[in-house]
Amino acid sequence: MPDGSTAPRKLVEVRNLRMYFPIHTGLLRTHTGDVKAVDGVNFDIYEGETLGLVGESGCGKSTCGRAVLRLYDPTSASIKIDGVELAWANDDARKIDAAARRIARNATYTVMILGVVLIAVLAVQFEAMARFPIVLLQAALLIALGLLTFFLTRNMLRKSRARAAGISEADFAPTENDLRRMRPTMQMVFQDPQASLNPRMTVAGIIGEPLSEHTQLSTTERNDRIYELMDAVGLNRDFANRYPHEFSGGQRQRIGIARALALNPKFIVCDEPIAALDVSIQAQVVNLLEDLQEKFGLTYLFISHDLSMVRHIADRVAVMYLGKVAELAPRDELFNDPLHPYTKALLSAVPEPDPVTHDTAERVILQGDVPSPSNPPQGCNFCTRCPAVMDICRSEDPEMKEVRPGRFVACHLHS
Amino acid sequence: MPDGAAPQNSDASDPTVLDVRDLKTVFRTRRGEVHAVNNVSFHLRAGELLGVVGESGSGKSVTMMSLIRLLPMPPAEIRSGSVDFDDMDLMQVSEDQMRAIRGARIGMIFQDPMTSLNPVFNVGYQLMEPLRKHMGLGKEAARKRSVELLELVGIPDAARRLKDYPHQFSGGMRQRVMIAIALACDPKVLIADEPTTALDVTIQAQILELVKELRQKLGMAIVWITHDLGVIAGIADRVMVMYGGQVVEEAPVRELFANPKHPYTRMLLETVPSLSGERNDRLQVIQGQPPMLACDPDSCAFRDRCPHAFDRCAAENPLLRDVGPDGHRAACFWDGGTQGEEAAHA
Repeated sequence: MPDGSTAPRKLVEVRNLRMYFPIHTGLLRTHTGDVKAVDGVNFDIYEGETLGLVGESGCGKSTCGRAVLRLYDPTSASIKIDGVELAWANDDARKIDAAARRIARNATYTVMILGVVLIAVLAVQFEAMARFPIVLLQAALLIALGLLTFFLTRNMLRKSRARAAGISEADFAPTENDLRRMRPTMQMVFQDPQASLNPRMTVAGIIGEPLSEHTQLSTTERNDRIYELMDAVGLNRDFANRYPHEFSGGQRQRIGIARALALNPKFIVCDEPIAALDVSIQAQVVNLLEDLQEKFGLTYLFISHDLSMVRHIADRVAVMYLGKVAELAPRDELFNDPLHPYTKALLSAVPEPDPVTHDTAERVILQGDVPSPSNPPQGCNFCTRCPAVMDICRSEDPEMKEVRPGRFVACHLHS
Repeated sequence: MPDGAAPQNSDASDPTVLDVRDLKTVFRTRRGEVHAVNNVSFHLRAGELLGVVGESGSGKSVTMMSLIRLLPMPPAEIRSGSVDFDDMDLMQVSEDQMRAIRGARIGMIFQDPMTSLNPVFNVGYQLMEPLRKHMGLGKEAARKRSVELLELVGIPDAARRLKDYPHQFSGGMRQRVMIAIALACDPKVLIADEPTTALDVTIQAQILELVKELRQKLGMAIVWITHDLGVIAGIADRVMVMYGGQVVEEAPVRELFANPKHPYTRMLLETVPSLSGERNDRLQVIQGQPPMLACDPDSCAFRDRCPHAFDRCAAENPLLRDVGPDGHRAACFWDGGTQGEEAAHA
């Protein structure tokens, strides 16, 4: 996505993010289709800003958030966080990677089968070879050979094909180990604080776990850091040895936030962090998130279905519908003058806490339900419910276009 | 009624259909008693929509569950109170009589359409059950009425969908089915417990439109429990705010939103960010946590979180008193007009 200004640095760049979940049916579990949870999403997040991601349930916003952190293996994507590629820099890299993996796997299977046959023949021919420790040794050798075959073939194929296609080694997705080393810069706050905290661990244990996994702090240093974090999120230090069930929902969410902050991340994905909380507690947690952002210079991807809360916390907002971004714009422009018909409908569906405006407000009430993401409609995916549908919408999928500076809309009305 | 759908409905001279007085429900747990509902009194007029707002744990659902006696007893215990409905006291009638009232003259819609429908019976069976039990309809007549009901709540192709199971419906459609079941026997009173909380906003808007439309057609009285002030502003005639198991304020909807008297209501209205108008840099918060309801209230339940609390709040539990026109009542000693203690009167 191009943008005019160069002043703020892009911290997160997501291009062409697709996340398909395969559907397997029948006796043989054959692959018969995909649930296209996220289907070609592009966005940038600038350093220090909050990007709000809104949409109805099932539109793919949570999947999107998790895929950005590589908690899922995306079907295809280029995700750069702080300049480091987390997925495949370009589509060729992904294809070469997949092909190399497939060939290497087949080669390994062949080696293994031949090896097993060889061991069996040896055992039948020579009595000495059939003895137990010798067979074990042979099996171990074979497994080592298999693994070696896999990695050697994959790397050789990848290298040669990458050179042929003219892409560098750095364009490929990082290995699990490399990914793990990058995890401290990116963290997540989950929706349900009840489910995302281990009930058998104390608060200190929960907040300290990322520290013992990723750092070599001594016990005292680690404890100091835990207390520091508890102070930062407004938890009393005396509660360090209590268990999650002893806290209320808002307090529990603070524990989750402290855990996410433990490793000084730059980027935090907040996946509906306030959806499970009461109105009066929601405001406390949102204010805390804003304070922390200011203090530590954090960048948030704030996923929520609560539009009024997103209007409060986000700097820019992306509206998702059925796996695609319908509109992406700075907050005030989006809320004052929505361009996409879906954004308009979504905004007018939010009941305002004011009985007087209810009389005058003109409401767009959408008919019907969201179509299934395993079988999205042809053309624009909003064409089945859109109040302003045209013929072209049913045949052509609208491109995401920058219609005004900083405002991106995927709609035929604005192209 | 704010949208002008049925202004005659909110007429103060309409007869009262449900009158709850001094309802008090206590849960006995291993860690002591929980006083979930404390001396709650309210009434419901014919054709009126009463909105009940409050945080989770404020006792709004338990109040409604108590008055239709749907709470498991024990651990729940209804200590006192009377519920006048149809010249009967629902607290005194036998279980058989109660069963004849529930689902027939008092309809109910629950929060989660996923769990309140039985997954192993098709929707038609579940719709026909109250019709055959309460109205004594035959199979064919019940079927015909079920189709009518599904059409009434806007489910297309109703006759065919009767054979479908709940999982074949989407969330919004399932909630429509729940509404159809609740409406099956033409109830006088409908109790809706957070009926749109589990739904998306666009689907919620559809359901709210449907309820407005149905009220015009059928003219029943509705109790609508929710924590969403926006929903209340849109559909209610009168609002009751609950906190710590007590009613802290009640007023007609416009009066409440324009002129909230109780500090809790004021702060609640301020904490909700708005989609239009000025955007505040910081959200207003209500500091602290909701109270534990371990004993009978002998002081104001909100005083720990209240910015205006003074000595009297700790010594005495405020009772509802008239603070404005059209039955605007609040349970608070503080007077927002004079910024001081209200003049001592009973």
